[in-house]
Formats: sequence, C-alpha cells, structure tokens
Amino acid sequence: MKTVLATGGLILNEPLLWEKGKRGRRGMDVPASDVPAAKIDPEFMGVGPDFPDLSEVDIVRHYTRLSQWNFGVDTGMYPLGSCTMKYNPKINDKIAATPEIAASHPMLPDRLCQGTLKIMYELQGYLATITGLDAVSLQPAAGAHGELTGMLIFSAYHKGRGAARTKILIPDTAHGTNPASAALCGLHPVPVQSGPDGILDPEVIARLMDQETAGIMVTNPNTLGLFEENIKEVSRIVHAGGGLVYGDGANMNAIMGVADLKKCGLDIVHLNLHKTFSTPHGGGGPGAGPVCVVDHLKKYLPVPRVVKDDKGYRLEYNRPDSVGRVHAFHGNFGILIRAYSYIRCMGAENLKKASQLAVLNANYIKEKLKGDLHLPYDRPCMHECVFSDQKQHEFKVSTLDMAKRLMDFGYHPPTIYFPLVVSGAIMIEPTETESKDDLDLFIEAFKEIVREARENPEILHEAPHLCKVKRLDETAAARHPCLTG
Amino acid sequence: MRYLPHTSEEIETMLRVVGVDSLNDLFSSVPEACRRDGEMDLPLPMTEWELNDHVRGLAALMDIKPDYKVLIGAGSYDHHIPAIIPALTSRSEFLTAYTPYQPEMAQGTLQGIFEYQTLTARLLGMDVANASIYDGASALAEALLMGIRISKKRKKVAISSAVHPHYRQVARTYFRPTEFELLELPVLENGRTDLSGLAGLGELAAVAIQSPNFFGVIEDLPAAAGAIHSRDAVFITCFTEPLAYGLLKNPGSCGADIVCGEGQSFGIPRSFGGPGLGMFACLEQYVRSMPGRLIGQTTDLEGRRGFVLTLSTREQHIRREKATSNICTNQGLCAMTVGMYMAALGGTGIRELARLNYDKAEYFKAGLVKAGAKICFDSPTFNEFVVEFAENFKPVAKRLLKKKIVAGLDLGGYYPNLKEKYLFCVTETVSREIIDTLVAEVKK
Amino acid sequence: MKEINELNLPEGLHYTKDHEWVRVDGDTAIVGISDYAQDQLGDIVYVEMPEVGNEFSQGEEFGTLESVKAVSETYLPLSGEIVEVNEALADAPELVNKDPYENWLVRIKPADLSELSALLSVDEYLDLLNG
Repeated sequence: MKTVLATGGLILNEPLLWEKGKRGRRGMDVPASDVPAAKIDPEFMGVGPDFPDLSEVDIVRHYTRLSQWNFGVDTGMYPLGSCTMKYNPKINDKIAATPEIAASHPMLPDRLCQGTLKIMYELQGYLATITGLDAVSLQPAAGAHGELTGMLIFSAYHKGRGAARTKILIPDTAHGTNPASAALCGLHPVPVQSGPDGILDPEVIARLMDQETAGIMVTNPNTLGLFEENIKEVSRIVHAGGGLVYGDGANMNAIMGVADLKKCGLDIVHLNLHKTFSTPHGGGGPGAGPVCVVDHLKKYLPVPRVVKDDKGYRLEYNRPDSVGRVHAFHGNFGILIRAYSYIRCMGAENLKKASQLAVLNANYIKEKLKGDLHLPYDRPCMHECVFSDQKQHEFKVSTLDMAKRLMDFGYHPPTIYFPLVVSGAIMIEPTETESKDDLDLFIEAFKEIVREARENPEILHEAPHLCKVKRLDETAAARHPCLTG
Repeated sequence: MRYLPHTSEEIETMLRVVGVDSLNDLFSSVPEACRRDGEMDLPLPMTEWELNDHVRGLAALMDIKPDYKVLIGAGSYDHHIPAIIPALTSRSEFLTAYTPYQPEMAQGTLQGIFEYQTLTARLLGMDVANASIYDGASALAEALLMGIRISKKRKKVAISSAVHPHYRQVARTYFRPTEFELLELPVLENGRTDLSGLAGLGELAAVAIQSPNFFGVIEDLPAAAGAIHSRDAVFITCFTEPLAYGLLKNPGSCGADIVCGEGQSFGIPRSFGGPGLGMFACLEQYVRSMPGRLIGQTTDLEGRRGFVLTLSTREQHIRREKATSNICTNQGLCAMTVGMYMAALGGTGIRELARLNYDKAEYFKAGLVKAGAKICFDSPTFNEFVVEFAENFKPVAKRLLKKKIVAGLDLGGYYPNLKEKYLFCVTETVSREIIDTLVAEVKK
Repeated sequence: MKEINELNLPEGLHYTKDHEWVRVDGDTAIVGISDYAQDQLGDIVYVEMPEVGNEFSQGEEFGTLESVKAVSETYLPLSGEIVEVNEALADAPELVNKDPYENWLVRIKPADLSELSALLSVDEYLDLLNG
C-alpha cells in the first residue's frame, strides 16, 4: 500500500468560548489607573457586555485547538480554482510588522509618514508596470471593492460625457461579484454567452453593444482558465460603441510578463493582491483590490492619491473629477506592504517565471487527468483547468463526492460547481508553488478517487472520513438559522 | 527563486507531457497583439536580508517612531495589544486558509468567526452580527443601502455631520451613482446631532448617527431612536471606538435597528489605517437584507456540533445582481483577531479598560481647562474630545513633537467652522505623566 | 433528481412555463409550484411571500423560493390581488418539497379569468419539460 498524505491524528475537542471560563479570570492585563476616577452620568452607563472571563492559557489553548481543525496552504496543496492559493512567503508578514509601519497613524501630516507614502507610491508604479496600464489607486480593500470602484468610474465617465448609460455586458463565465458590483452603480447586467470554444465571440458583442451600454466586464484569462483570444477585437467593438472595457484581474497571476493589458484594450483593471501577489487569505480576508486605469481615466480615481513632487511624497486631495473616497483611510495597507515585499523579492524575471510555472502546472494536471475526468474545453489552458463529473454520473458519483473524498487524501478540494457554464464543474488551480512531486501525488490521489467512484462509490458518498466532522447539514442551518450562541 | 520549486529537469519532463517545447510556447493562445513589448521594468530581486535592510531604510523615513505617543484617535486608536493576539493570529492554519467554503476542513475559522459574531452581537446589543465588512466606512455605506432595502420604496437617507468625515465621504461615493438621496444633519452647539430637521423630511428610509461621535461626544441615542422611529425610518448607529460599549449603554438597548462601525481598536495595529474591521450587526427580522457572510451552527451526519457558511442566497455568488451586496472577500482574519481580543478582555476586563479610558480623558480635560483651554462641547465624551486653545497651539504642538508627543488633530480640514480646534484622544497607553507634560506645555 | 416520468403532475391544474400552477377555487384561485420546480430546487429553506392586499399582473414576480444554494423567483400565473398567504410555510418551508400541491403558496382574487387561456395544460407542460 502506498503512503497517502492524510492520516487520522489526535484532534482535541474544544467548546465555545462562553462554555468555558470563570468570572474573574483575565486573559490580558488592564493597567492600574494612575488618574482619579471621574464622575459619569448614570443615564449613559450600561451594564457592559456579557463576555466570558478567560485566562491567557484558556485563550491560547482555545485558538490553538481551533487552528488544528483548519487547513491552510502551509498545511498542504490547496488547488482552489480562481482563488490562487499560492504559498504566502513568511518574510512578507515580518515586513508588515515593522514597528514604525505597523504603529503608524493614518491621519498625520504627510511629512511625518514619508516611509509609508513611498511604499504606496512605488507599489502603484509596480502595478502599473505589471498590468501595462498608467495609473493606480490602492484604496479598494478587496477584488469586489475594486470592481465597485471600476464601475463608479464607468458611471462618472459616462455622466461626464453627458449621457448616463444603463446596461453593462457581463459574460456567463464571470464571477458573481461582477454583476453585483455593476448593479450597485445602477447598471443592469446583460449576460453574454461565451462561444463553443469557451471564449467571447466578437460577433455576439457587436450584436449586444449599443448606446445604452456602458461597456463590458471581462475576466481574462477567464474562469474556464482560457485566454480571451478575441479580447482586442471585443475591446475595439465596445470602444467604437462609446463604452469602456473593465478587466477583472483576478487571474493576472497567469500572464505576468506576458500580456500587456493596455494593448488588449482594457481601460480599467483590478488586481487581487491576495491572489497574484501572494498575500495570505486569512480564512476570508483581508485582501486588497487595487485599481489600475489608462491615462484618460486617471482623473476619476478615488481620492486621495499618493503623488511625488520635489518636496517628497504627499496625498493629493484636490481631484474634482474623482469618484470619491472608497476606504476610510488608505486601503488595507498591511496587505499592500506584503505585496510590495513580494514584488521586491521576485523582480520581473521571477514574476514572469511564476506565471509560466503556474500555467505549466495547470496544463500538466489537465493532461494527466483528462483520461479520468471529463474535460469540456480541451484546449491549452492558462493557470487553471476545468473538468466535470460527467464520466462519474453512471456511478451516481458527483463532483461534491469527489471533492469531499479528496480531503481524506490530504488535499483541499478544488473549486466546485463554478463556473456555472460547466455543469458539475471541478476547477483546479495548482499555482506555481507546487512542485512536480506534489502534483504527481495529487494526480495519483485523484485517479484513485476515480477508481473508487467506479468500484466503491459508497466510500465517496460518505466522505470525508478523516476530518474532525462529517458532512454538515447545511439545509438545517439555513432553515433555522442559529447565528449566535 | 526559493518559492518556485521546479528544477529544469522537471520543467523539461512536464513540458513533454503537455506537448510543447518551451515555457513560452505555453502561451500560444495569447495573440501577438496582446503581448508585452519588452520585459517588465521592475527593480532587481532582493534576498531576504537585502529586503530587511531596504525596509529598515523605509522605516527610518517615518518621523513618528514607536516610542512616540500619538494623542490622536479619529477612527484609528492606540491600545495595548497582548502578545497572544499576534501569536495566535499568525497560526498559519488560520492565516493561510481561504474562505471556509469546505466546512469539514475549516471548522477552526468557522467556529472562531461564529464566536466573533456572538461576542459582537452581545457587545452591540443586537440579535445577529455578520462575519465582517471591509472597514467602518464601507460598513456604514452598506448599512444605509440596507436601510433602503428594508424600507422598500423610500429613496432618502440622512446621516449626522458628526459621523467621521471619511465615513461620510465613502457613503457619498456609494450613493452617487444611485437614484437615492443622502442628506446630512447638522450638529448642535453641544456637539450632538440636530434631529429637529427630520420632521420635514418625507420618504425617509434610514438615519445614521455615530456614538461616541467624531468629536467623542456621546449622543442621546434613546431620544434619537424615538425621533427616527416616529418617522418610520430605520435607525442606524455607527462607531469608531467599540471600547466605549464596555462602559456605555449599547446601541441595541437604545433602540438601534442596525449597528456598524470599525473594530480596529480591538487588537488590530493601526498600520496606516488598514486592514481594520467593518463590524456589522442588526435585529433578527432584518437578517435577510443584511450584506456579507454569515456563519451558522448546525450538526454533522453523526449529530456533532459544527459550523457552516449560511444564508448564502443573499450573496453575490448566488444572487448575482440581486445580491444584498457585492462583498466577497471580507476581513476574516481581523474578525478572528477581534474575537480573540474580546475573549482576552472578558466581561470584567472590558469594563475596567473602558472605565480607564474614560477617566484618563476626564483627567486630561480637567488639566487643559485649568491651563486655560476650553472644551468645545459640553456633552459627555468617551476617550476623545475637542479643545480650543486660548493662543495659537501650533508652536506648542511643535515643542511637544520634540518631546515625542503628537498632539491633537486640527479639525479645520474637516469642519471649516472648527478651524484650529483640536480633536484629542487618550487611551490606556497614555500615562498621567504624558498628560501632565502636555498640559504643562500648554500653560507655558 | 426525478426523471420526467417520475414527476407528479395532477390533471385539472393550469401550469406556467415558469413552473407554477394555479387552480381556480370559486371566486379565488390558489397558486403553487410544480413537482418539477421543487425537485429542481432541492431542499427549500425559505419562502418569501408578498403581503396580503398586494396586486400583481400576470407573469409578475410575487416572491422567491430559496434552497441552500439557489434562489428562484415565483411569478403569478394570473393577474390579481393576494388574499391569503400560506403561513405554515414560514416555519416549515420543507412542506413544499413534501407535497407542492397540498402546500400552495398564495391565494389570489383573479382579475380576469380569460388569462387562463395563456396557461398550459398537463400535456402541454409535459411537452415543455421534454423540450
């Protein structure tokens, strides 16, 4: 028998915070008061929140046990398609914790914060270089926030030309955030069907583009992992109709050093620093979603912007055409500095290499698994490949079953049931930081699961077997929501 | 490069499997016209120790060193962060996980956020809290939009001018492309929001008030609730300093329908303003209109307790353009951090700490008054307050900076009528000695 | 999921292409979703209802049904005013999965019964499902 990564281990139970502790314990020191007690009007006094009292050891054990129920990139391969779970270098966390920077207050005069402003200014420049666009705002706190900023620019641009437009083209392969972001700006999404080869057909765009349409939101490479080969023509058509082209740069990690997004015809692009630039996802955030634009849209970028003049770096507030502020301060600076650190460690050559190896890894998996899993679009892919469960239907085994079974082999499952254009989608994004050895183990595990699906489907239906919990009842959770304890 | 594990032999082998000759050939689907003209013009790669040196140089450009005392809050507060917080949040099982889409492999994050939701709801006196929004400002913008959804056809919202100026700017940004109208309510002489204008407003969906407000003033929330509910509008309260609720009545007990704000105070470093934490809570009856992720308790196939993402049909990945918000990635790890901090403080600790912050501010105010300064608003405040000095404060501030004290935020840039009035903040990190030093400089 | 020949599609109801049904009952009519619709949605976790007194025109959205991972709008088969909503579904939305005909969604006062002619018979509805 071969050694499988995953094995059963000692996992400890741990109650909820308020199920432990004793009144009067403390988990952190409160300094003794060195000032007299002041009077307070009892009218405003509350009774204080009902928090449990826990000791420092209680807290440390609690969260250490909880952490052991989790799986991160540091634990193992996490091929969650579209989410780019690449290794998060430790040096970046150390840099972000630099005391002068971690303790810096966001509302002090510019002259007192030249270090943080310089980091932002330089990062803006790097991101412009990497995308090929001209100007950057670092304020948006995540990808969807960047999309919203982009749509605000769409709206301001068309209003500035004296004609508000009401519709926006969104391909059927788009992330759900795209239509939701557009809708926040009063734009009505018009779905665009991708062609039989999984990419946009310029003729379809030409048919849909009209004077009411503000533009298009394109993810490139798209969520099927395919480069939009007609992007230049698509952009030309949209521009000719007076529209703008938005690029969801969630998948920029595939094309660094290869594609020039301005040459592709894109006017606005957001980047997910927590994807392409390796900042940790933190179990759902914080991320950062900087927005890059071409020169003529620069005036719309959120206020303030970091600029440089002969006196040094400063925040520029006088921007009458700006869409306004989108973050309370300067964005998720602690994430920005990690991405800065990553880019400085990698340099141009290694960023390009990262893209090349991400694409190599995805194509390698695609070639190795396409005999076992149905591959709806059999073309060279970029950083991810999308299979489906079609071949397993006859054994009554679904994508969900295979995904859950992968856990028993020590892998986080891929993204499943997305993109929606592939029924039963299995979207695998290995990223460049997985070695060939690790890919081979993963491929072998998946092949074994496909064998099991044929010979012993029950073991899949009941998977996972080795996790702390079995499959959870999501229906009961939604029917009778219990959101607090 | 140390993050890229492939050897050249492995690359050759893999290229053969894929059926192409070189790494460049993998990009045959990228048309020539879309390709870069040259290599990216970026600085050369650095080793770890080169980067350390480089960042030491950047840190040296920061004039405010860690041993300085910054007596400015204004939405970003200096509180002690116990060592257990960074130690536990840097557990890489938390740090390097994605959103908990596969609950069997993410029970740690899920239980941790469920606990955060619970403690947040208890702190704010609300029924439910979500798993977070980006920051206090976007939380407020989302709350106003939620108010519009709840009221169905009404198109107007009002927001107090005493809400953090940046939060109001963000709300305006969110509202600009919509058909909805965002009005601002003036501030009274006593530093509280003037609600008398509400009576004349029709079509009012929601009203938002911050307490303690930007001036540190504790608003009369029960009275506001009465005025707002009598217009049949949704009552939103907002905050930048959640520690206040360790001492003050929570917004829920004062009649709030939605409570939102910034959680940075609870264990998150200031870090030039981000990442922070948008805290967001509401009454149970409004939960389906709420933006953002929610964690719910359930059981597994064997009846054991477990946690899952739930009520997802409100969210963008299912409801797309009809979703309650476009938010996807939130501030997950910051929510964990704040959960840990609330647990570490405990019910006893939060009361003591809040009391200490209150007492220090009162001591500071009294000292300044004795030194000839005037406290601008006579309403009670928490750990921030606005001061007007008898003489030009700028030279004093300069002298204090030499003593490593950064004193007061000039409000002129935010409120033209408050030019050369200064917003001060003291927390438990400011000793009596520092306060006395500052007061002595003012007296000079 | 059920095969089409496993579906329960009673005679005597009028179906819509959006998978609702309507049955005229005196001067009111009751509206629900078909067995096909409940089967496609899976476990229903929430039913969003209109308020009594609301008026809708034929084909207008009057509510939504939610399963764990999908949402489906419901459209009124006939123009009319809502006179009653099935309160039992608030606490037990799963009743719709158990029997989508016994557990109707709303009772309406139809404005114009001639609109029935635009709806589908069982056979026509089956044809639609068979594509």
